[in-house]
Amino acid sequence: MRHHLVLRVVSKLLIPFMLLFALYVQFHGDFGPGGGFQAGVIFAAAFILYALVFGIDHAREVLPEHVLRYLVPAGLALYTLTGFAGIALGGKYLDYDVLGSTPTAGQHLGILLVEFGVGVTVSAVMVSVFFTFAGRTRDVDEEDW
Amino acid sequence: MPEAITEHYNYWLVIFLLMAGLFVTITSGNLVKKIVGLNVFQTAVFLFYISLAKLEGGTAPILTGEPERFSNPLPHVLILTAIVVGVATTALGLALVVRIRETYGSIEEAGLQEADRQDELRAAAEQGR
Amino acid sequence: MAPDMVTVIDLVLLALLCAAAVALILVRQLFAVAILAGAFSMLSAGLLVTLDAVDVAFTEAAVGAGVSTVLLLGTLALTQRRSEESRRRGTGPALLAVVLTGGALVYATTDMPGFGDPEAPGFRHVVPEYIVGSETDIGVPNIVTSVLASYRGYDTLGEVAVIFTAGIGVLLLLGRRREDEIQDEARRSGSGDEG
Repeated sequence: MRHHLVLRVVSKLLIPFMLLFALYVQFHGDFGPGGGFQAGVIFAAAFILYALVFGIDHAREVLPEHVLRYLVPAGLALYTLTGFAGIALGGKYLDYDVLGSTPTAGQHLGILLVEFGVGVTVSAVMVSVFFTFAGRTRDVDEEDW
Repeated sequence: MPEAITEHYNYWLVIFLLMAGLFVTITSGNLVKKIVGLNVFQTAVFLFYISLAKLEGGTAPILTGEPERFSNPLPHVLILTAIVVGVATTALGLALVVRIRETYGSIEEAGLQEADRQDELRAAAEQGR
Repeated sequence: MAPDMVTVIDLVLLALLCAAAVALILVRQLFAVAILAGAFSMLSAGLLVTLDAVDVAFTEAAVGAGVSTVLLLGTLALTQRRSEESRRRGTGPALLAVVLTGGALVYATTDMPGFGDPEAPGFRHVVPEYIVGSETDIGVPNIVTSVLASYRGYDTLGEVAVIFTAGIGVLLLLGRRREDEIQDEARRSGSGDEG
């Protein structure tokens, strides 16, 4: 899609706001609709748009595959370790009450960490799945569609 | 309108969607279309769950400080995670379709059966030799 | 009593969904199938908003209409763009099975609590505790988030593990190319018909 000027300009304008919106959805999920699952998908959608318009190789330069390979398990590990932190501080598994000075503060911290872990794993899985599919495709001529 | 209809029309229309997805999955010989059929089925199940959670005169389950009646948040949680799991498993299914295409050269049921039969014939011929 | 606005929107969206599903049965062009599936997801996201499930609608719009459509198109680019079935096999038995199953399900709904019924058992057990506890114990206004991450943290952990596993599965199936495939590719690009 290298010669689509409108697409290139519009996506260049849109992508930073998409990434920012993903972060807003991630960290504002306690108060409004949103959370790790949605934020992860929106974050991945921004990267997929970038890869579609500017080519998969440019997208790989921004987010190399060996980084993605660590991000996929990192989110799940963060979730699991947050659970174990509850045990270490004298509570039960995934019991956030003991994480902060007051139970409510602990719950806030726990939910933030867990949602962040969800967001990291979901976005990394979505982007790497797209990269693997797109990486196998030879360039398709527009007339072919 | 009789009460049975006003009380249940939502469920019935969702069941129609459910059956449309099932029909596509059964009759389509193309593997990609089969997966799309499963997706339609899945989305219909999601809609069914969320229909069960709806409360007459309720609002979205977000506390605003005023006393309100909320729709049931529990099915929302279950379905929210199920949607993302659904797309991950769909991706896995599509990856399998791509591999099948690379190995068999076809993603039609008929083509796959044909390729399998050719394989068996070739194996039998080699054993007979 | 005239039907209120929400009911009208609800019915219109459900009718459009049914139309999309029927169209999905009829089309053969796989490109059209992918786009119809995206439209189906988008419409169902709209319906989820009218059913008060804003978080779910948000996810469905991002996932169904966005990511999964892209993945479907990616698969088509790797395989083929048209369903080759000349004639559908077994339409009669399939129709019979679908009608029987659907009939059984419709019959079962007559025993269910009505749509939006506040006396439904689902509203009386556990859920009131979540709604009160979300304010007093957790202090998070979005009840869905507090149930997702705190009350049902185990559930969500399991779901994330499933997503992780599915992602690993895709990487294992498609991520690494076999030796002969790489050689094949090299030969093809060497002969210069790649463009």
